[in-house]
Amino acid sequence: MENALKVKDLCAWFGNHQVLNNITMDIRRHAVTSVMGPSGCGKSTFIRCLNRMHDLTPGFRVAGEVLFDGRDIYSEKIDPVLLRRKVGMVFQQPNPFPRMSAFENVAVGLKFNGKKRSRSELAEAVEKSLRMAALWDELKDHLDRLGSSLSGGQQQRLCIARALAVEPEVLLMDEPCSALDPVSTAKIEELIEDLSDKYTIVVVTHNMQQAGRISDYVAFFLLGDLIEMDKAARIFTNPADKRTEEYITGRFG
Amino acid sequence: MTRKAGDNPKDLLFEKTTAVFAFGVLFLAFLLFALLVRESLPAIRKFGAAFLVTKTWDPVAESFGALPFIYGTLVSSFIALLIAVPLAVGSAIFINEFAPEWLKTPVAFLAELLAAIPSVIYGLWGIFVLVPVLRDWLMKPAASYLGFLPLFKGPVYGPSMLAAGMLLSIMIIPFILSVSREVLATVPRLQKEAVLSLGGTHWEMIRIVIGQHCIPGIFGATILGLGRALGETMAVTMVIGNRPDILLSIFQPGYSMAAVIANEFTEATGELYLSALVEIGLVLFLLTFVVNFAAKWILKTMVSRAARGL
Repeated sequence: MENALKVKDLCAWFGNHQVLNNITMDIRRHAVTSVMGPSGCGKSTFIRCLNRMHDLTPGFRVAGEVLFDGRDIYSEKIDPVLLRRKVGMVFQQPNPFPRMSAFENVAVGLKFNGKKRSRSELAEAVEKSLRMAALWDELKDHLDRLGSSLSGGQQQRLCIARALAVEPEVLLMDEPCSALDPVSTAKIEELIEDLSDKYTIVVVTHNMQQAGRISDYVAFFLLGDLIEMDKAARIFTNPADKRTEEYITGRFG
Repeated sequence: MTRKAGDNPKDLLFEKTTAVFAFGVLFLAFLLFALLVRESLPAIRKFGAAFLVTKTWDPVAESFGALPFIYGTLVSSFIALLIAVPLAVGSAIFINEFAPEWLKTPVAFLAELLAAIPSVIYGLWGIFVLVPVLRDWLMKPAASYLGFLPLFKGPVYGPSMLAAGMLLSIMIIPFILSVSREVLATVPRLQKEAVLSLGGTHWEMIRIVIGQHCIPGIFGATILGLGRALGETMAVTMVIGNRPDILLSIFQPGYSMAAVIANEFTEATGELYLSALVEIGLVLFLLTFVVNFAAKWILKTMVSRAARGL
């Protein structure tokens, strides 16, 4: 199947305030899709709909469909807990568990839902995830360091390793670099490109240069509407909509 | 000190007046302490440090030791914590994390209302309801089946260390509950979302964020409850049995520091008797002071950690 996720007429409300208006888009498997737009355009709200992260927010409501493996994730038959193991997430602020060691941080998701694994299985999974997150060489001799003692960039890569450890198919990243310095940002961007061989990645960003560097596809959001979505090269050179052009040439946003 | 309101003499007068009131409170506390020390001097001179570890309490022979009361206070408070902490923390988790919105406020309000009931009312309820129920439904069966264990040895009278501990537990639940709720509310949202995003269940989310963020705060709440339990007088006096003895069985009567002062102060005739009672008060004062101070300190370090986003 070409598409990992199909979004159909997705609307979302916080209370009576509608924040997403009839979003329809396909998210290509094993590619990087950027969701770009000015603050308040609904881009974060949108990707948090893709793993039902809003479930605990009082007053939040969606309409429309999000198809994952051909099934609507908002149907009653879907267990959000199992869905989130398949659709992982990395957040804007690095959020490692502060009092767990780096090792435990990566291993924690593997122990959820009553799963028992031997110490060696865990060690293997942790090493694999840390290697994928380009953190193994830095941390292999310091796996007992607390999550809170790492640098910001390391914390964010630790969070990526933690998300990868549970072997998701899709990785949602909500402005993963906005709290990081340029060097850490470059590392994460490189990582995103490497990971897109095996994972479907959706990245929220308000940074056009970043979207240009890392994306295969770009979706441009404005005030809760999806203005257009296309291959990255097309969006940045020859956008179909005037508003997209105004945004990428810096005339607003 | 910075002067915020310029040199306006009225502001200055106001500032000085409030300062006098503020230091007045401190001075009163110091005065209380000094008075306790002065009045206990005869007993301190006579018995020295042995007062704290002597078991005898014999007003006729004028031989006094505080150990049974210290023991009673500590054991009844410990039983209270053992019951109250799981109940209060469990309720806090339920109210904050599971209860539907319409249920949160009434449940929290009613639970915290427990703190407003006068302790003599608790005592009466203890005598007429708690003690008979405990005696007939818990202590008698337990003593007959588990009586071979020193902890549950009979004979069963009713008024006992266990009754005092249980009554105290109900009295301190509101304090532990409300602090625990505040502690749970300080958990950063991103930490909860981290657990959910990894495919954790609601329960796993609670377990992890409590382990990562709430243990010091819940510990502080526990110490706060302990502080209340140590000093509680009236309700304990009415159900603990008032026997100055050290018995391992929690079904047996005991005595607490606050209770012995309340009971015997009016009939303490000799100077030494009175002085010994005041010294018990001094010990209790120091104990609760240390416990409350520790609680404040623990809560403060926890809050500053939360502020740093850890």
